[in-house]
Amino acid sequence: MQRYVLFRIGQSLIAMLGVSMLVFALTRLSGSIVDLYLPIEATPEDFERMTKYWGLDKPLYHQYLLYMWKLVQGDWGESWKWQQPALQVVLNKFPNTLQISVFTFFISTALGIFMGVFTAIKKDTGWDYVGKVVALMGQALPSFWQAIMLMWVFAVVLGWLPTSGKGEWYEWKYYILPSITLGSWNVAALMRITRSTMLDVLDSEYVKMARIKGLPEWKVTWKHCLRNAAIAPLTLFGGLAAGLLTGSVITETVFAWPGVGFVAIQAVNARDYAVVQAATIFFSAILIFAYLLVDILYAYLDPRIRYD
Amino acid sequence: MDATKDTRRTALKVEDLHTYFFNRWGTVKAVDGISFELKEGETLGIVGESGCGKTMTALSLLRLHPQPAAQIIEGKIILDGEDILQIPERDMRNVRGPKISMILQDPQTSLNPVYTVGNQLIETLDRRDDILKSDLRKEAEESLRRVRVAAPERRLSDFPHQMSGGMKQRVIGAIAMAGGPKVIIADEPTTALDVTIQLQYLRLLKDLQAETGMGIIFITHDFGIVARMCDKVAVMYAGRIVEEGPVREIFNNPSHPYTEALIGSVPKMEEKTDRLYQIDGQPPQLYALPVGCRFTNRCQYAKSKCVEEYPRRFSFGENHYASCWRHDDSWDKIPSSTKEEITQMLEA
Amino acid sequence: MASSAPLLEVKNLKKHFPVTKGLLLQKILGHVKAVDGVDFTITEGETLGLVGESGCGKTTTAKTVLKLETPTEGSVEVYGKNVHLLKGADLKEYRATVQAVFQDPWSSLSPRMRVRDIISEALVANRKVTKEEVDARVAELLSQVGLHPFQAPLFPHEFSGGQRQRIAVASSLASYPKLIMLDEPVSALDVSIRAQIMNMLVDLQQQYNVAYLLVAHNLATVRYMAHKTAVMYLGKIVEHSETEDLFKFPLHPYTNALFSAALPSHPDILTTEIVLQGEVPSPINPPSGCSFHPRCPAALADADLMKRCQGETPVLAEAAPGHEVACHLYTGGATGSVETTGILFKTGLEAEQAALKFKAAQAAGIGATVASAEDASRAVEASRAASKAQVKKEAVSRNETEPAKGNVETTEAQSEDDTIEG
Repeated sequence: MQRYVLFRIGQSLIAMLGVSMLVFALTRLSGSIVDLYLPIEATPEDFERMTKYWGLDKPLYHQYLLYMWKLVQGDWGESWKWQQPALQVVLNKFPNTLQISVFTFFISTALGIFMGVFTAIKKDTGWDYVGKVVALMGQALPSFWQAIMLMWVFAVVLGWLPTSGKGEWYEWKYYILPSITLGSWNVAALMRITRSTMLDVLDSEYVKMARIKGLPEWKVTWKHCLRNAAIAPLTLFGGLAAGLLTGSVITETVFAWPGVGFVAIQAVNARDYAVVQAATIFFSAILIFAYLLVDILYAYLDPRIRYD
Repeated sequence: MDATKDTRRTALKVEDLHTYFFNRWGTVKAVDGISFELKEGETLGIVGESGCGKTMTALSLLRLHPQPAAQIIEGKIILDGEDILQIPERDMRNVRGPKISMILQDPQTSLNPVYTVGNQLIETLDRRDDILKSDLRKEAEESLRRVRVAAPERRLSDFPHQMSGGMKQRVIGAIAMAGGPKVIIADEPTTALDVTIQLQYLRLLKDLQAETGMGIIFITHDFGIVARMCDKVAVMYAGRIVEEGPVREIFNNPSHPYTEALIGSVPKMEEKTDRLYQIDGQPPQLYALPVGCRFTNRCQYAKSKCVEEYPRRFSFGENHYASCWRHDDSWDKIPSSTKEEITQMLEA
Repeated sequence: MASSAPLLEVKNLKKHFPVTKGLLLQKILGHVKAVDGVDFTITEGETLGLVGESGCGKTTTAKTVLKLETPTEGSVEVYGKNVHLLKGADLKEYRATVQAVFQDPWSSLSPRMRVRDIISEALVANRKVTKEEVDARVAELLSQVGLHPFQAPLFPHEFSGGQRQRIAVASSLASYPKLIMLDEPVSALDVSIRAQIMNMLVDLQQQYNVAYLLVAHNLATVRYMAHKTAVMYLGKIVEHSETEDLFKFPLHPYTNALFSAALPSHPDILTTEIVLQGEVPSPINPPSGCSFHPRCPAALADADLMKRCQGETPVLAEAAPGHEVACHLYTGGATGSVETTGILFKTGLEAEQAALKFKAAQAAGIGATVASAEDASRAVEASRAASKAQVKKEAVSRNETEPAKGNVETTEAQSEDDTIEG
């Protein structure tokens, strides 16, 4: 297990290195970095300072090492739009993104798995069909459309919930609509995969054996089925986390939720390259970390992986 | 001899059991009127090919037939003096485990891969009232020792994938016997095992039967298992028992053409077989069964009566019956003692 | 003169799979010796049965013959040509000459191909044929395996398991092969269908003079179909002879244990159950010397013999004409008396015969050479004649052979409470 974890951490670090190279290469490919980083009103002295700062007169590998060195030190460039370090901009907004993502993640996971188990047990009944329709809608309707429709129905017509923005962290009403938009795809995906693995598990010999032993049905379902059925949805979690982050760009923008995604879009519109780059690296890091976490959890749940 | 037989109590009695599936092809008569009796300490072999309904019979005995697709339409399953088809589902938990249990075919998939062997054994023992919580682990060790697992205290914390197939099947045996059942159904428990491991396992079952006096029902397609393990045999074909009787009677005097052909079609280990007897054709589909005898299309003795009417049971000595019209005209050959029995049976 | 070489000759075949640890920088911890020095030949029209328990290497051997695995050492030769070095036309010729039928007829036939294409595939790929010839051949083969030529355009899912196996056999025969590898050809089929397929395979062998390499775990199947049989244990052949000779006079303690574990065909057949202790050891680090020694009843009963079995690897050598065995009991060094080896045999009668044979072999000075086995063979012939005179079921009166150790248990298949009237 330890070896496995260490190995996965090593892999994650290599992936991070890859991301940094890609971002580095993309910035160099998209023209003069000095032009990109400096606003139009910059002076020639600014240009010279910038060239020196990034080592642009040195060979490429030197530039990369310099760039990496600055990244590690926490110098991710300066945002001219917000007038502060780019990393600072991203980190300032990150708690907001984290709040909505974590909230959505837990609610949608619980809901998705529960609905998956429930529809599997109630296979071929009315409940199952309702579940199928929900799953289909959750995956098929584009999230920007969902967001606008939800806003229109619940905020404009019914007036139950605020249209957009974010209050204090405990003001739950602000969470509802963005959370539904962000999580509906997750719920649908989890529900479908949980349902199908649950059906396989319910049909397995060890579940038959558990019933032969005379265990009560709830124990058969929740002890013997769920843990096995949970392994397949777990493989989705990395992707789901990715969906939450990339989805947050759209959701945060539509609902004016002041998170990293919202900032990233603003930065793109303002051509604030340092912030875009910081947001990219930051999102990648979180994603890689999420996949790492999922794999470790996976090993914990399935002893066959744990011991090999 | 007969006196010893009569003193044994009946562990399980099945009367006219019907389990049907209902699907888009119509009614699949998987189990179509089966009756048999099992005494304590006795071993019954239910022999047949895949799709003859033998596994569905086994699952029906535990009321674990796949619901709602399959339904027990009719019949009685009298276990320990009580018809278990009459009791509500929630009380079946006190039947499965303590009164009747089952060992499944494939040890690789019968244990839950994510829990330790000890966990799965203890949860079964935990259902018994006579064991204190604090004694559970000790008791689990004891039950592993009973199935001859070496170093049980260490084995308890193993996961199933860390054990060999033979070892897993022993653990499954221990789990099946944890509740102290009167009847154990073994559904081809050794087909996935190697020959020498199979021998170890069959011996173990015999020993445990001698220790506990449980009745065993062997579900199998292999007459070799029957020859080694069983006291009596029921041969199933297309949902019905076509012949039943004491094991030696069945081997020496098979009276249904299917039994005869089945025994003759298996090559022998002990002597050179020049040519195997072969049964041509396929069994009928269980949703389109003929009115008459279901073996007619593959039977070398078939006559017009076989097509018209399902054969009644003919007796061939004590407890040996076969359903075949071929014996219709053999009234004279039957000893007078059994003639009386047949007359009584027909009157009943 | 290529035809003077035997159809198939396997020489000192070894296949070791490395066991590695670590994911990037792999460390080799050891080798799974799946096949560890196997020799045998198959001549035209002959069936060789390979028997043994799972992990004994029979499947790997078959795969290597089929060129699905590359040997670590040794060679597989078809008509004198090493199959692992073949190229071009020779390779095509080999592919046409050696074919296979696998265990599971549900997964071995491609579900998207028509029966006609499945059957003709090997023919079209390896020989130059016209469309008419293919059609004629497919029709011929279908009727030979008991199907109808008009079933050629159908798909595999339209057939039952037994019929699919017939299609698989037809497909293997299409290119007029000389050798067909049969990997558990009937064990996935229903009992009443097995006889149909086995009889068909026997008939086709006579018709085509094709040789079979039969890999099976069911001993009765091997006795019915094979002319010669080799018993494998942990990657090695431990006994090899004419099938009838092997089944009547099994010599190796493992063969005896294996045979005694096989299920009887009648409840009255008495068997001495040799319950082997433990399970087959891991082929990664097989036991020293004779790899069967930790479980061998003969070695466990005799400390001196055990010493030898632990230290010295027995070689496969002739103990009687045409009957090879790899066991120290038959190489003259055994101090074990006939009484201790006698326990290995099924019934008293056979024990006596085998003991006779063993004594004769010992008297002949053994060394396991053909010349010195002359006396042995005479004794074997005599005991064979004796056994023929005896009808199996008359041998019921059991000759008490004292179990030397607790791990050999003699039981009667008869139960005490026999309720059948005579």
